[in-house]
Amino acid sequence: MSITTSFDVNRIRQDFPILSQTIRGRPMVFLDSAASAQKPRAVIDAMVGAMETQYANVHRGLHWMSERTTEAYEACRDAVATLMNARDRSEIVFTNNITGSINLMAHSYGRGILKPGQAVVISGMEHHSNIVPWQLLRDSHAIELRVVPITNYGELDMEAFEDLLRDGKVGLVSITHMSNVLGTVTPAERIVRVAHKYGAKVMFDGAQAIVHRKVDVQALDCDFYAWTGHKLYGPTGIGVLWGRKELLEQMPPFMGGGDMISSVTYEKSTWAQVPHKFEAGTPAILEGIGLKAAIDYVQGIGYDALAAHEAALTEHALARLSTIKGLTIIGQAQDRGGVISFAMDGAHAHDVATLLDRQGIAVRAGHHCAEPLMQRLNLDSTARASFGVYTTHEEVDALATGLERVRSFFK
Amino acid sequence: MKQTDDFADLYQEVILDHGRHPRHGKRLEAFDVTAKGDNPMCGDRVQVWVKLDNGTIGAVGFEARGCAISVASADLMVEAVQGRDPADTKALFEAFRDMARTGSCRHCAAELEAPLERLAPLSGVHEYPSRVKCATLPWHALIAALDGVKEATSE
Repeated sequence: MSITTSFDVNRIRQDFPILSQTIRGRPMVFLDSAASAQKPRAVIDAMVGAMETQYANVHRGLHWMSERTTEAYEACRDAVATLMNARDRSEIVFTNNITGSINLMAHSYGRGILKPGQAVVISGMEHHSNIVPWQLLRDSHAIELRVVPITNYGELDMEAFEDLLRDGKVGLVSITHMSNVLGTVTPAERIVRVAHKYGAKVMFDGAQAIVHRKVDVQALDCDFYAWTGHKLYGPTGIGVLWGRKELLEQMPPFMGGGDMISSVTYEKSTWAQVPHKFEAGTPAILEGIGLKAAIDYVQGIGYDALAAHEAALTEHALARLSTIKGLTIIGQAQDRGGVISFAMDGAHAHDVATLLDRQGIAVRAGHHCAEPLMQRLNLDSTARASFGVYTTHEEVDALATGLERVRSFFK
Repeated sequence: MKQTDDFADLYQEVILDHGRHPRHGKRLEAFDVTAKGDNPMCGDRVQVWVKLDNGTIGAVGFEARGCAISVASADLMVEAVQGRDPADTKALFEAFRDMARTGSCRHCAAELEAPLERLAPLSGVHEYPSRVKCATLPWHALIAALDGVKEATSE
């Protein structure tokens, strides 16, 4: 296998200082990267280095330090544009996180472009961040909210999806590119083709997907794509909304303030060009510098190697976990990423998570901010293991052994 | 021997037993007050029904959807509060919450020592701050019922 020669997980792990920590006297087995990923040395150094040597406010200073900081911060926009294969760097809008990106869309596209009586389509496996902003829009702006059902395998029901679009009322489809609960990767190209056929624009929630595979917005042919830095080994506090420039230009601003204007008088203000129209206030400067370092880090490894590593881990985990009696893996999508939810007979997910934690193994447990999906699955909660670039096969084995111990304890 | 020694500080046998086979885990048909408890962070839910008996707590029943800690806590709570008046019950809750947060009750009245002894198996949650609310959720529901409030959260 060529991957093993180019991808050495033990060398990768040395890039992440936190992984040498011990938890309750045991090596840390961190299987909660889907909630937030750990940070490589390159990100830490970039942010600390900026604070120590090169920091001022951006975009408005006429002095040397401000100009250098602006360059460093704006280099992140170039890195994001390259990462996503955007046509133009001005299509990259920085937000505070993916929730910020989707709320921007619900406000500026939902209230600014959609008309009362039109509909927004989401799916039955969305995170609350891609449900609640649209409910607020529905209630304030008479926009109908439609939900694509999922199959028992945890995949989108694509026939039902097309049925929801047939009456031509749907203005926007906002769907996850990869479920944070089921690991399901949705058929993005097909979603876009079907939606465009009926005149609907498409936004993807790429919070999980962009961590696991190359996202090329031109190849996807989508209209908007949102993601967040902290799951891609970058810092918290910075998110991304990519949008087609002609659409971003039509949309009214979201938040008003400094940095987003062209001119201000008491009678009338005019807006800055995109993307700055959507970036009111002092941005997350250090976080932008950190995110640039994270993108460089991921690009240095390469998505092919990263995806191959995670596919191998996921396959190994599914094989190991499926041998544990009384353990049910939730979601059996054909196309899936390194996020695995499971339920254990006779043991609540919180108890499972606490007993794994007792063994130094970090997983997430609960409804994963996806309560409607939990209701669809008839579950109160699941435990979830998720993998990152630094996850090893041995850690997956530790999870399996840990779960066997939990099971024998609760049996 | 099962290699589970380091699990037992939190999951003592009494918790596993009451979590798996709660003695009072049923709705009361005849009751005076009831309230629901909800932990929105984790999705745990409990409802408590209380039959009052001359101003003191008579029969208590509950339905819980949650972890072993929350179910066991609800069951042990029922045993601890029967026969107490509402003021007494609230004092016991304050003492229990202190124990759940810190591992012991630092300022407990002498008369609470005996009922707290019964609740002591739950004191292990103090090492798991995110799980303290699992143990206190049924108490929040009980106090809400006694106060005539329909719903409580453990937030």
